[in-house]
Amino acid sequence: MAIDKATVAKIARLARVRVGDAEMTSLAGELSKILTFIEQLDEVDAAGVEPMTSVVQMGLRRRPDGVTDGDKRDDVLKNAPDAMAGFFTVPKVVE
Amino acid sequence: MELNDLTIAEMQDGLRARKFSATELAKAALAAADRAKVMNIFITETHERTLAMAAESDQRFAKGMARPLDGVPVAMKDLFCTKGVRTTAASHILDAFVPTYESTVSANLWRDGAVLLGKTNLDEFAMGSSNETSFFGPVENPWRKLGDARSRVPGGSSGGSAAVVAARIAPGATGTDTGGSIRQPAAFCGIAGIKPTYGRCSRWGIVAFASSLDQAGPMARTVRDCAILLQSMAGYDAKDSTSADLPVPDFATAITGDIRGLKIGIPTEYRVDGMPAEIAAVWDRGAQWLRDAGAEVRPVHLPMTKYALPTYYIVAPAEASSNLARYDGVRFGLRVPGTGDLTGMYEATRGEGFGKEVRRRILIGTYVLSAGYYDAYYLKAQRVRSLIARDFQKAFEQVDALLTPTAPSEAFARGEKSGDPISMYLNDVFTVPASLAGIPGMSVPAGLSGNGLPLGLQVLGRAYDEETVFRVAGVLEQAAAFAAKPEPWWVKP
Repeated sequence: MAIDKATVAKIARLARVRVGDAEMTSLAGELSKILTFIEQLDEVDAAGVEPMTSVVQMGLRRRPDGVTDGDKRDDVLKNAPDAMAGFFTVPKVVE
Repeated sequence: MELNDLTIAEMQDGLRARKFSATELAKAALAAADRAKVMNIFITETHERTLAMAAESDQRFAKGMARPLDGVPVAMKDLFCTKGVRTTAASHILDAFVPTYESTVSANLWRDGAVLLGKTNLDEFAMGSSNETSFFGPVENPWRKLGDARSRVPGGSSGGSAAVVAARIAPGATGTDTGGSIRQPAAFCGIAGIKPTYGRCSRWGIVAFASSLDQAGPMARTVRDCAILLQSMAGYDAKDSTSADLPVPDFATAITGDIRGLKIGIPTEYRVDGMPAEIAAVWDRGAQWLRDAGAEVRPVHLPMTKYALPTYYIVAPAEASSNLARYDGVRFGLRVPGTGDLTGMYEATRGEGFGKEVRRRILIGTYVLSAGYYDAYYLKAQRVRSLIARDFQKAFEQVDALLTPTAPSEAFARGEKSGDPISMYLNDVFTVPASLAGIPGMSVPAGLSGNGLPLGLQVLGRAYDEETVFRVAGVLEQAAAFAAKPEPWWVKP
């Protein structure tokens, strides 16, 4: 399937990735090529086949439902680009 | 013999016999790293920590309390979180990230006494087959084509780890493999590397790319060294519910040299159109080596092979777009204010923080998961993935292991394929099917091409049967007797 510039802009918006105008054009071409490549799967009849959701079927080990970790506020905030007073910060979202 | 030429097994023997110390090994490795800077192997060097860890190993040797890997330098792919040591995933978005925790795989290595030798370069977020997508610049392959001084790619994504071992800086390194990222660079750099069964190693603390495919594994110069490292890296981890709740077998003792009576399959569909004659020849030679060693070699069919790459390029970007949603400029990593509002900040941060290939894959992933397309692309790919896994299951009813080439070519020149994503993706044509099926695969150096560049053979085995993979790989290694070394052009006289 061919992807046009408007579609690239739409998915870039969905993915929250800013893409420059010039790159939008080249991406439309590249993504179209990749999708055409992917669409080889149209040849395969996979009706009724269970989708593979895990590589190896295996029961999960159970454990008591207890708190095993925590009290790491400073660790959690350590790599935040703009932490303040023990909180993450974001640009103003309400007026 | 130079200390840097020793294998891990030889280092262990020498350390135990007190022929040299862990500190001497560490210093030799650091000196070799300093001489090889031009190859851009390391993103972050850890000289002080390397020497401190080596000193601790020496103290344990002095007290007679040495651990299995004490004193062995191991370079870590910069995708494994290391507490207090910057971990970047070769991305601008994480270029100042210093984890406050340690990945389970690296913690297991340190528990057994291994010495950290720096964080190695890779393709950004492990997305690439040539190490050219790194924010920190490409890695150079220690090998060069005869009579040609142009840079060759080391393969990817674990390109720095492959180069560090091939250049005899470290005897071993960690890698991760999502679609071939351990095996293909191992082949391009003339070393050994194994992607174990999905779940054999914990993924906890590894920067995620595609969670149903990502798997850690060792890279080293010999099959035995890979077995030694995997022994420490593997094991159940309560922090990764997809890690295998199974005992870890003794991998090194599986390398018996005896494959008499073993059945080895040659997948007919892997003989792809346009396969270079040299690749076909090394594959045939490998099959003959196994026959000579007493194995029964026979053709098998994996009819879904041609659909593995298209399946992979739906599943992996879909999972990546979902995993990489966490880079939002709020909790960790880069923040770029953009237009000033929240959405503008997200878009600016991610637009600037991710490189071209990563953006491309996020967009593909977002597209195939978006409303109206999910069933046609993602669900379809998951169904085909089941069929690919079933192919392998059927093959393993007839044979014990499979033999294939690792990559469709020798290491290519830098820039040769970076213009065309599809031709780059085709590099992984022989490695991706096993990734989708979750089964173990190992690349072993099998010889040199006419251009003087290494070629690798791949052994695939049943899920959780790394032992047979090691056994077959050991026989190939012995028959190939690969002793070639890259000319150390990077060492100035």
